[in-house]
Amino acid sequence: MSDMDEMDDGSGIIKKFMFLNRKAPHGTVYALEGLEVVLITAAFDQDVSMVFTDDGVYQLLKGIDTKGIEVKDFSKTYRALEGYDIEKLYVDQKSMDARGLTEEDLIVDVTVLSVDEMANLMAEQDVVISF
Amino acid sequence: MQFGILINEGPYTHQASDSAFLFARTAIEKGHTVPRVFFYHDGVNNSNRLATPPQDDRNVSARWSKLAAEHGVDLVVCVAAAQRRGITDDVLAPGFRISGLGQLVEMGIQYDRLVTFGD
Repeated sequence: MSDMDEMDDGSGIIKKFMFLNRKAPHGTVYALEGLEVVLITAAFDQDVSMVFTDDGVYQLLKGIDTKGIEVKDFSKTYRALEGYDIEKLYVDQKSMDARGLTEEDLIVDVTVLSVDEMANLMAEQDVVISF
Repeated sequence: MQFGILINEGPYTHQASDSAFLFARTAIEKGHTVPRVFFYHDGVNNSNRLATPPQDDRNVSARWSKLAAEHGVDLVVCVAAAQRRGITDDVLAPGFRISGLGQLVEMGIQYDRLVTFGD
């Protein structure tokens, strides 16, 4: 990913980008390919937030093992996000509760938000991209 | 207003590309501009000129090509997503080009709105 370190669109504009992750890590390609966009956006020095909601909360689950389904395990990438200055990670409380999950079950530090708090955060964004 | 469009689903199975096309065409008719459409995930398959739908059906890639030719819309297909799905320069319909995800991020930075069409 070193080729992405100095990307710049030349405008010097920094916008607030939110990436809304709604899908389980496996079963569809959205989480994997979505992560690529997140990394590129950070390489453009934009203000990046990631939200995990619905089955998207499973993307952060500890102990994912993809050997049985013979696909790439990319869950380590979430732990590397800090290295790309992506530190704003939010999860939806209701989605966690519905799946019996707590912060202890997740591989990274997150901020848990209520529906109202999430709505306020979304309203602050310039760009929301949903995968 | 300048609209950037992101399409995340392939043609025919999903309505995303059709809805995006109608949105883009209408936005242009109303005096807005759509400088670029970015195709990601299975959306890259919208660029395949080898698709030959029945004559009484719309031709998804062809009508994107026509919109691009008439209104200068830049149709960008993500290179990484395209390579996974066998989309190369050889199969691209007119008006489409293959480039990187930076083109998507640029739309978010530079345009007034980025509108996503997908599931």
